[in-house]
Amino acid sequence: MSEQVVLRMRGVRKAFNGVPVLKGVDFELRAGEVHALLGGNGAGKSTLMKILEGVYTLDEGGIEIDGRPVTLTSPVDARRHGVAMIFQEFSLIPTLTVAQNIFLTRERRSAGLLDDAADVKRARELLADMGVDIDPTRRLGRLSTAGWQLVEIAKALSQDARILIMDEPTASLAQSEVDALFRIIDRLKSQGMTIVYITHRLEEVMRVADRVTVLRDGELVGTRPTSEVDIEALIELIVGRAIERATHQSGRDIDRSGTPLLSVRGFSSGDRVRDVSFDLYRGEVLGLAGLMGSGRSELVRALFGIDRATGGTVAVRGETVVIRRPSDAVRHGMALVPEDRRTQGLVLAHSVRDNLTLTLLRRLTRRGLIDERAAARTADHEVRRLGIKAASLRTPVRRLSGGNQQKVVLSKWLATEPDILFLDEPTVGVDIATKTEIAELIRELAEAGKGVVVISSELAELLAMADRVLILRDGAVERSVDRGDLTDEPELHRLVQEPVA
Amino acid sequence: MTALGSLIPRRPTGAGFDWRQYILYIGFVLVFVVFAITLGDDGFTSSNNLLNIVRQTATISVMAVAVTFVIGAAQIDLSVGAVAGLSSVIAAMAIDATGLVGGVAAALAVGVLVGCINGALVTFVGIPSFLVTLGMLGIAHGTAMWITDSAPQPIVNRTFNDVFGGADAGPIPSLVLWTLAAVVIGHIVLRRTAFGRGVLATGGNEEAARFSGVPTQRITFLVMVISAVAAAIAGMLYAGRLQSGRFQWGEGDELSVIAAVILGGTSLFGGRASVVGALLGSLMIGLINNGLILMGLEYSQQQIVRGVIIILAVALAARD
Repeated sequence: MSEQVVLRMRGVRKAFNGVPVLKGVDFELRAGEVHALLGGNGAGKSTLMKILEGVYTLDEGGIEIDGRPVTLTSPVDARRHGVAMIFQEFSLIPTLTVAQNIFLTRERRSAGLLDDAADVKRARELLADMGVDIDPTRRLGRLSTAGWQLVEIAKALSQDARILIMDEPTASLAQSEVDALFRIIDRLKSQGMTIVYITHRLEEVMRVADRVTVLRDGELVGTRPTSEVDIEALIELIVGRAIERATHQSGRDIDRSGTPLLSVRGFSSGDRVRDVSFDLYRGEVLGLAGLMGSGRSELVRALFGIDRATGGTVAVRGETVVIRRPSDAVRHGMALVPEDRRTQGLVLAHSVRDNLTLTLLRRLTRRGLIDERAAARTADHEVRRLGIKAASLRTPVRRLSGGNQQKVVLSKWLATEPDILFLDEPTVGVDIATKTEIAELIRELAEAGKGVVVISSELAELLAMADRVLILRDGAVERSVDRGDLTDEPELHRLVQEPVA
Repeated sequence: MTALGSLIPRRPTGAGFDWRQYILYIGFVLVFVVFAITLGDDGFTSSNNLLNIVRQTATISVMAVAVTFVIGAAQIDLSVGAVAGLSSVIAAMAIDATGLVGGVAAALAVGVLVGCINGALVTFVGIPSFLVTLGMLGIAHGTAMWITDSAPQPIVNRTFNDVFGGADAGPIPSLVLWTLAAVVIGHIVLRRTAFGRGVLATGGNEEAARFSGVPTQRITFLVMVISAVAAAIAGMLYAGRLQSGRFQWGEGDELSVIAAVILGGTSLFGGRASVVGALLGSLMIGLINNGLILMGLEYSQQQIVRGVIIILAVALAARD
C-alpha cells in the first residue's frame, strides 16, 4: 500500500424522495489497499458504492480519480474510469461461456469476425494469472457462486480495472472458498489493485483490510488503519451510542414447563442447516441471529416446507409432524413472512384487498364463489387493525410505501390466525416509525399466546423483541442466550461475530 | 492450488455422452430411418422426394433462421406468416405495375417497414413483442386481404418465378440455395459477430448485457427488423414457387417457425440459440409432414402426430 490517493469522494450527499441517505460523506482510497467499508443496515454503504459505480448520481459533492474530477453516470462509464463492482449476477450472462462473458463487447477479432479461440486463450492466461482453475469454455450458468465471482473479477481485470468493489463477497461461499478468495485478494493487492470490501463480518475485515471506513446513518464515523483497531472498537464505531434506547426491554418470564408449541430436534436441510434443535413456547419471541449465509433463512424455509428437510424431527404441540410443503405447515398453524416481500410475499399488481384475502380464499368461499362482501369486511378489519395506509382497499399494493407493503404481508398471514409465526427480516426497507409499530405488533402477538420466530440483522431490534436469541453459524446453532443475560447490543454483536473458541 | 481447483465443479466425467444435447439430431435420424424403412417403397428416400422436402420447407427455414435471433434475444415474432403473405401480394402487384426490380424492392420495403414498426414499439414504447406482433399479424393479414379483395395475384414474370421459385442453379434448386444462404449467413452472424454475441447476451440477461456495454436497445430493434425482412423474403419465395401472390401464403407459419426454432435447441427464454438447429428443426417438421402424407394419414391425423412429436422432442431436449 502506498500513500498515493487513487480515489477521493468529497462531501457526498444523496437523498431519495427527500429522505437523505448520505449526508456529506468523505471517502478516500489509496493505491493498492484493501479498504473495508462498514456500517449497519441503512448506514449508506451501498448507496455510496452505487454512486461510485455510476448507478446513482450524487446530489452534491464530488469524485476525483487520480486527482482529476470525474462524473460517473453509468456503470459503463465507471468501468472506463477503472472502477468495477464485483457482484453476483450483475454483469454476467449465464448462457454464455466464461471466456465470452469476460470479453463481452471487447472480443478479439480476425477478418472482422469474432475469434473465440483467441479469447479462450486470453481468458485462460488471465485466469491462470489469478491462480484460478476454471475452464474458459464452460457455460457460466454451470459454475458455482464462487465461480461467478471469480469470473466477475477476471472480467474486471481484463478491463484494466484499478478499483474493485466487493459487496459481501463471502456471503454465499463455503469456508474453503473464502480462503481461496482471500488468496486472490492478496494476489491482486500485490499487483497494485485497490479493493473496497463491504461486509458485516468483522473477523474478515481484520484478516484482509488495511484500513476501514465506518458509516452510520449516512454520515462518516471515521476512517482508521486496521492495525489500530480491534473487533471491539469496530463494533463501537458501527453501533455508536444511539442504540441504548432499544435495550430497555427486559426478558419476560415465559412459562417453559408445559409442552412446547414447536419442538425441533436434530433438524437438517442439506448442508445449509445442520442439526438444529430448539423449543418455542407459547408467548415467546425467539430471535435468530447470525451473519449472512449462516443459515437463518434456510432454517425457517426448511421448517416451513419450502426447502426439503433431510433429517431430524419437528413436533407441534407435542405431536410429531411431517412438513413436506408449505400447505402442510399452514395446516399445522404456521405462517411464514418471507424476506423478499416483493417477489415472495405480495402480488404487487393486485389490490390491497385481494392480497389480504389471498390466504383466506377457502374460508371466504360460499358455494364455490368468493363471498365478496365477506372479503371486503375481512380486508377492512385487517387494514384498521394494523393501520395500513392506503388510498382504498382497491389500490394496487405496488403503490403503497415499503412499510405499508410489509404490513399487508404481515396481516395477510395474521388473518390465517397462525399459532407459530416465522418472520424473516420483517423490518428491512421499512421506515423507522413503521419499524417500531412492527416490533410492537410482534410483542403483542406473543402476548396473545402465539410463538414467534424472528430473523433480523438489526441486533438492536432483536434485543427489543426477543425473549431468547439463537445464534447461528454455518447452519448450526452455536448458542442460545436468554434476553435477560444480554446486557446490550455490542455484546450481542460480539456473540454473532466471534466464533466460540 | 488444489483448494482453488476444487472451487469449480468439473465437467462431469465418466458419465460421458450427454445425449440430451443431441436429441434433435438423434430424433432427426430416428424419424428419417423409420420413414425410410416403412415408406421406402412409397418413394420416401428418392432424391426427388428428399429435395422436395427441402424445397417445401424453404420458406419456413428462412423465417426460422431470423426468428432464431428474435427468440435468442428473448423476444418473439408472431407476425412472420402474415408478413410473408402481405409481401407476396405486394410483390405480385408491384411486378405487375413496375416490373421485376420494383416488385422485389416493394416486397423488401414491406419487410423493413413492418420490422421498424415492430422494433420501435417493442424497444422504444416498451410494449411486449408478443402483443406487438400479435397485433401486426392481424394488420398485415388484413391489409393483404383488403388490397387484393382476397383475390390471388398471378405473377407472369419468368425471372422472378425462376429466381424465387422453381428454377435450378445447376443441379441445385434455387429454393435450396436460398435456404443455404440464409443458414450460412445466419450462422456466421450469430456465432462470429459482435451483433450475434450481443443478441445472446441480451437474451441471456438484458440488464447484465446493458451494464457490460452491449447496445441492447439497438439489438432488440434490429432482430425485429431482421425477422420481418426475412418474412418478406419468404413471402417472395412463396410467390415465386406458386407463381402468384396471395394473402393465405404463410398463414399459420408462425407456429411452424417457432416450433422449428425451439426444436433446434434455441431457448424460449433467450440467451441460447442455434441457426443450424433451426434448419434441422424446420427440415424435421418437413420430413414428418412428408412422411405422414405418404403414409396416407389425413390432414387432421397429421396435425395430431406432428404435435405429439414436437412436444416429445422439446420435453426430451437438454435444458440448463
